[in-house]
Amino acid sequence: MSGRKSLLIAAAVAFGLAIMPASAQTLRYANQGTLKSLDPYTFKESTTIAHHAHVYEGLTARDKDLKIIPALAESWETPEPTRWRFHLRKGVKFHNGEPFTADDVIFSADRVRATGSNFLSNVPPDAKFIKVDDYTVDVKLDAPNPILISQWDTWFIMSKKWCEDNNAVAPTPVSATTPSYASLHENGTGPFIIESHQPGVKTVFKVNPNWWGKPEHNLKEIVFTTISSDATRVAALLSGEVDIIEPVPVQDIGRVDSSPNAQVLKGPELRTIFLGMDESRDELLYSNVKGKNPFKDVRVREAFYKAIDVELIKTRVMRGLSTPSALMIAPELFPLSKEFTRPKYDPDAAKKLLTEAGYPDGFEVGMDCPNDRYVNDAAICQAVVGMLARIGVKVNLNAQPKAQYFAKVLKPGGYNTSFFLLGWTPSSMDAHNVMHDIMGCREDPKDPTRGEANLGNYCNKDFDALTDKVLVETDTAKRNQLIKQAFEIGIKDYGYIPLHQQAVAWGVSKKVKIPLRADNAVLMFWANKTE
Amino acid sequence: MLAFTLRRAIQAIGVMIAVGIIAFAMFRFAGDPVSQLVPIDASAAERAQIRQSLGLDDPFIVQFGRYLFDAAQFKFGVSYQFRQPVSDLLKERMPATLELAVCATILALVFGILMGVFSALRRDSLLAKLFQMVSLIGISLPTFLIGILLIYLFSVTLGWLPSFGRGDVVKLGWWSSGLFTLSGWKALIMPSITLGLFQMTLIMRLVRAEMLEVLRTDYIRFARARGLTTRAIHFGHALRNTLVPVITVVGLQFGSVIAFSIITEQVFQWPGMGLLFVQAVQNVDIPIMAAYLMMVSLIFVTINLVVDILYTVVDPRLRATISRPA
Repeated sequence: MSGRKSLLIAAAVAFGLAIMPASAQTLRYANQGTLKSLDPYTFKESTTIAHHAHVYEGLTARDKDLKIIPALAESWETPEPTRWRFHLRKGVKFHNGEPFTADDVIFSADRVRATGSNFLSNVPPDAKFIKVDDYTVDVKLDAPNPILISQWDTWFIMSKKWCEDNNAVAPTPVSATTPSYASLHENGTGPFIIESHQPGVKTVFKVNPNWWGKPEHNLKEIVFTTISSDATRVAALLSGEVDIIEPVPVQDIGRVDSSPNAQVLKGPELRTIFLGMDESRDELLYSNVKGKNPFKDVRVREAFYKAIDVELIKTRVMRGLSTPSALMIAPELFPLSKEFTRPKYDPDAAKKLLTEAGYPDGFEVGMDCPNDRYVNDAAICQAVVGMLARIGVKVNLNAQPKAQYFAKVLKPGGYNTSFFLLGWTPSSMDAHNVMHDIMGCREDPKDPTRGEANLGNYCNKDFDALTDKVLVETDTAKRNQLIKQAFEIGIKDYGYIPLHQQAVAWGVSKKVKIPLRADNAVLMFWANKTE
Repeated sequence: MLAFTLRRAIQAIGVMIAVGIIAFAMFRFAGDPVSQLVPIDASAAERAQIRQSLGLDDPFIVQFGRYLFDAAQFKFGVSYQFRQPVSDLLKERMPATLELAVCATILALVFGILMGVFSALRRDSLLAKLFQMVSLIGISLPTFLIGILLIYLFSVTLGWLPSFGRGDVVKLGWWSSGLFTLSGWKALIMPSITLGLFQMTLIMRLVRAEMLEVLRTDYIRFARARGLTTRAIHFGHALRNTLVPVITVVGLQFGSVIAFSIITEQVFQWPGMGLLFVQAVQNVDIPIMAAYLMMVSLIFVTINLVVDILYTVVDPRLRATISRPA
């Protein structure tokens, strides 16, 4: 950092301190979802993780722009491609006063990978954690892994002694039939401490006076309430009973923005919403075409792609709150995404392609769609039905609640679908996850988990070969080129029809300043509230 | 009397078993609990392991047997979402629902009877016509709409009452009560009105109709002839005789007040059992759903039993028929 820059920052900090109100504030926050378990290895679900991030910390963290920054690890280096060395922060204490050391890291690495953990993919199974001294840990790998730490911001470190003392050495599995101490109590190192927790109703966080970092908030307390009814949540914000709500329903954004005491923070979310087609069965499960599968013909897939007007979906269905997408990954997560553009909406070309493929009068196909999972999901599907009708394809829509939808279309349901809408956020914040889980060929004998969420089984061996190279390539520029090549193949094949990124929408009182992060995590340790 | 009570108790057990069977059959259509528990990128092996440990792979008859066996001992397991025993969750949420239901019922009774009596005695007054109109609104508007209208009027526009939650609660042993704090009372007003409005209009219309009926009978005419005061005739004789059907309705409705508080609790985010149930349905939390349904059916059959017994206390004629069963 240059001298002048640091001077500027110092001035800004001094100025910030000068205008900051002296009294600490209580921030009231309402979310549609609940804080389900306090055990940080039980539920891999974004609302729960965001809450945990106030009391627990990982070795790394992600800043307001989702860049990886140090947290409980002060720094790290890779002396060789298969060995990482982490230097731990000294003087950090858990909420019960015990010091944080290398033993806790090694314990947490075992616990997060034990049976029953929902966070198995956060720490690779081949990583061996070795204690060098109390504040240094080495991680040895079988093969180079450029994204080793990409999910460590949500791998929270727990206290070894506390877990042992409270019979919580094993993670609380989602299927536990007995309650566990760790799911109802916390002992993290984070900036807030949970004072009371009534599951599904209310949780009170108070500030941790012994936190190692410098607080960027002016809060003394956070009161979190679940308000599941959309209308009530908005009313609570407008009446000033709560300061932040997540989410604001699309139809209420105008009302919140026009109110005197609150506004909506909006931004694109990392999740990509897309359509997929059954490209592997010899005959579709839900179609009037018998004896063959029209989706095996790339011309049919291209016709579907070109018949769908994402701009119209954006203006009519999403009320402007979506970002049409050319890729299966959010642009924030792949630097070369600017080099891709979406093929244009062209119903005439689509009709011609269908005729060439031998369906001049179109055909019938069944479509599966959730109706309570993504923003306006069922409405998007209805729009798609209308658009495809224009090229002669009759879509029979089956929109159901997520509980039934996922039971039908995922692997345990036998991928029981011909045409579907799905949303995906790569949990590793990296393209490899997308390429491997939803674009890789299913039933790969060498890698049985490849393509497990590839519901339509789009399959191209050249694509998979690139995926494998991406996994071990440590040079970032080269790696991005490989990813780009792979996505070019995916687009040429029309394997999927990416639609858009939906928007994150938080309702925030005008008294509160809080950064909007694209992963939709409401992190109140960056919030400032005025009287 | 004892034989009568016993007979009714046995019938009640039959009803409970029927509810259990129907509830269990329904869970199979509620969706897959596993996909609510794991992220979408969980591996199939992980999912299979969870299915197995929850016992979801066992044959239908085995699952049903286990469910009945546990339900008979009031063991409902651990909630999938919250990792807490369902019995603890219900115990924690029950006071909220009961306080709301009782308040709503008292509100409905007091205002329903008063308005009903008034509109029967002063049929042509303007106020009676106004009551009739209000009752029409109460019967025809759906609960959630009334709730939202109240919220927008009293919370958002006027800022007088809180739009959600229970306010501050005081712990009395395991019972948490909102009746000892100002914020608790404030929070109780709108949900009670919302929940009680339908019952209130029902009671009002019932009292009015019964009153009109009774006022035409011979014994009221005799009472008048005897020169009793109007007050004694109206309240001592007429009103008292209208109360049998009112007790029936209030008794039976108390069950539905608890059961239908689901909607009111959802609108006001009232932390009661109904809200717990709605969240459970959304998340396919079968242990909570099972326990809630069994408990509501238990409440219904208990209330029915109590109402049957109360009849005999209020109406001596019924006592005679019960002691001589056909």
